[in-house]
Amino acid sequence: MKVHIKVWRQTNAQSEGNFSTYPLDGVSGDMSFFEMLDSLNDNLVTEGKDPIAFDHDCREGICGTCGVFINGRAHGPIRGVTTCQLHMRSFQDGETIVVEPWRAKAFPIIRDLIVNRQSFDRVMEVGGYISINTGNAQDANAIPIAKEDADAAMDAAACIGCGACVATCKNSSAMLFVSAKVSQFALLPQGQPERSNRVKNMVDQMDEEGFGNCTNTGACEVECPKEISLVNIARMNREFLKASII
Amino acid sequence: MFPDSKIPSGPLAGKWTKHKFDLKLVNPSNKRKYDIIVVGTGLGGAAAAASFAEMGYNVKAFSYHESPRRAHSIAAQGGINAAKNYPNDGDSIFRLFYDTIKGGDYRSREANVYRLAEVSNAIIDQCVAQGIPFAREYGGLLDNRSFGGAQVSRTFYARGQTGQQLLLGAYSSLVRQMHKGKVRFYPRHEMLEPVLIDGEAKGIITRNLVTGEISSHSANAVVLATGGYGNVFFLSTNAMASNGTAAWRAYKKGAYFANPSFTQIHPTCIPVASNHQSKLTLMSESLRNDGRVWVPKKEGDDRHPTNIPEEDRDYYLERLYPSFGNLVPRDVASRRAKEMCDDGRGVGPTKLAVYLDFKDAINRIGKDQVTAKYGNLFDMYQQITGENPYNAPMRIYPAVHYTMGGIWVDYNLMTTIPGLYVLGEANFSDHGANRLGASALMQGLADGYFVIPYTIGDYLSKKLGEKVSTDHDAFKEATSNVNKRLSHLLSINGNRTVDNIHKELGLIMWNNVGMARDKDGLEKAIEKIPTLRDEFWSNVKIPGKLNELNPELEKAGRLADFLELGELMARDGLNREESCGGHFRTEFQTEDNEALRDDKNFTYVSAWEYKDDSSPPELHKEILEFENVELTTRSYK
Repeated sequence: MKVHIKVWRQTNAQSEGNFSTYPLDGVSGDMSFFEMLDSLNDNLVTEGKDPIAFDHDCREGICGTCGVFINGRAHGPIRGVTTCQLHMRSFQDGETIVVEPWRAKAFPIIRDLIVNRQSFDRVMEVGGYISINTGNAQDANAIPIAKEDADAAMDAAACIGCGACVATCKNSSAMLFVSAKVSQFALLPQGQPERSNRVKNMVDQMDEEGFGNCTNTGACEVECPKEISLVNIARMNREFLKASII
Repeated sequence: MFPDSKIPSGPLAGKWTKHKFDLKLVNPSNKRKYDIIVVGTGLGGAAAAASFAEMGYNVKAFSYHESPRRAHSIAAQGGINAAKNYPNDGDSIFRLFYDTIKGGDYRSREANVYRLAEVSNAIIDQCVAQGIPFAREYGGLLDNRSFGGAQVSRTFYARGQTGQQLLLGAYSSLVRQMHKGKVRFYPRHEMLEPVLIDGEAKGIITRNLVTGEISSHSANAVVLATGGYGNVFFLSTNAMASNGTAAWRAYKKGAYFANPSFTQIHPTCIPVASNHQSKLTLMSESLRNDGRVWVPKKEGDDRHPTNIPEEDRDYYLERLYPSFGNLVPRDVASRRAKEMCDDGRGVGPTKLAVYLDFKDAINRIGKDQVTAKYGNLFDMYQQITGENPYNAPMRIYPAVHYTMGGIWVDYNLMTTIPGLYVLGEANFSDHGANRLGASALMQGLADGYFVIPYTIGDYLSKKLGEKVSTDHDAFKEATSNVNKRLSHLLSINGNRTVDNIHKELGLIMWNNVGMARDKDGLEKAIEKIPTLRDEFWSNVKIPGKLNELNPELEKAGRLADFLELGELMARDGLNREESCGGHFRTEFQTEDNEALRDDKNFTYVSAWEYKDDSSPPELHKEILEFENVELTTRSYK
């Protein structure tokens, strides 16, 4: 099939960007979205043009490196998958596909479709851990953890940190990302000693980075490729309130 | 004379304890006087960097990713082994050691493997304490499952995302130290050259992948944890950016490269669909706990798999290996799948696939249980192939997955360059000729949390007061070499894209240095690769500039190194005139088509030393001594 790729081009953070449209022939439904972009880039390089820069790595939906807006939706039209897992069978022959980077104040554009998400790391730095040095641990089975709690913690821990939630949110809020980490540790006994400080510090840093607040629209949950639940945000609000009162 | 592998004397079980006592220490208040560079922040690198910082060293950590959480360790699915014996099924440190030595087909060091098994339990403790949500039983205790090459259940897991959870655990320890200022993290920085002063590793040259800036970084020691080189095949389960450059640059500065031909071909991957394919996707080995592998008995049986009755199916792994069945080690499962396809009994449109069937498991434990155990893998399969594996069997085929070979290191994980250490998949140390499932995560974390924090002190203690500065001429020379190489690449301006040449290299490697090798093929590869290398250096086309984000330039630099490394892999495969583990030479097989080792002549680690670009590398042999296990023919029957 043939598609037209209308894609955001921007040389660097300082320059102004704009859309360019490139036709691409010979696209098969079994190609992944990025294999389609590889093929387009191969053509561009051969023609002596700059290829489209995009972030990607594992191409199996787990590293969280990739993520673009496709036809107005984070990671494209299929629910519960990352961009790298999207295949061209999800598009029509002759379709114009609009591809944009994540857009959020806290994710400045580096080039074309690549954005800088180090604000996520900085939020993690102030509390996204349990303070334990190597070698201090007791036997792994010393603390039994109810299966339901371990499973719920795992549901939250499945976040891949891609930033789709931020890019989707009308407020550019990072609440789903931050609450997933807060929830993982709040649900586990290991997370209790630092419970209050963790949530306060991470929320403060989140605000400082320029992420917006949550207005319970729920778009983040819909677009999250790992289907992280909005319940985590409710839990974080409760944790935050509790930490602020006590 | 071969470099000293520093294996401690004495009984196997006491070697590590004795060695830890013999190692020199750096006093706590002196640790802050040392700088350590860690390149690569996956499992091994992040664990090491965090542990160093906790001990008091100053750490500079580098990654070509934007964040340590993107490293490819994250993609490991199935689990991590440990000798906890929680299921009470007869496991022990010695059994984990024995299974790993045997699984590696007796081509690894006893002392290293024993240490790996010995520290495995502490890894699980550490990870649980970090808040990693491992799978649990209803009673609240940790759950285990089985993996290939073992008859006990010793694999801990977090759904099908164990690598993700372990990496995020190591990452959490790392960001904690970043916040404390003990680790300075350099994102999107690629190491292009180690820097040696008086023959010892004292720094690195990096390129900032966003601005293109080349910069020098000095330290008292350098640790590489840069992963494997499976992408030499172009198509592999590795991430797109995974590469061999850091290891190769170290090799060209004098670090020996060990067993380069030992490549793991993983049996359960989604088959290649078209020539646009950019990578292959693994379906976790854990699927073989419940999935049954089969092909039609008759050649050319084109019926839909659900229409092929039981009596026309050949569950060949269960037939050939009644005691291990579908859980034979990876090398065996892969080779047998290839044989079935070579035999004309392959399935699917390309006929290069076998079935992995869950029908019996669904009947036995129910669809819900199957979903609970493997749901995300089933979803992934459906997303990629457009087929529903609940209704018809999966189609799978082997794919390049892991490289057991790597930079040669001694028992302290130090290379033949003093002060240069290599961890995880990037070194050669623990898996011999074949790695068992769920052992890569174990080794990465063992090296990072529990080995290097001890052993590096022995070297550093002798360097107290050493001042290293990037003003040294060695840094200027290395910088100039890096600049020259990059400018040269950009000036070629030929007609072929980087990927186009990489695909050709991949095909040469897959056809001649892949699952089954022979003398003719290996010689062909040794002849063809240098020709392709010349083609690359005269006809590659790289757009863009040096001082900007330039992904094509990044890929070109990595491919240039793969074009040399591929040749060394073929040379190593040619030299090793035996079959062992993942290295299967068709000339050397038993009557049952199993790998036929030649213990008399090849019980050694082949360690290659770089000479110069116009001479072949020199082979050194580290003879492997087995004092605790008897070398037998591996049998999984």
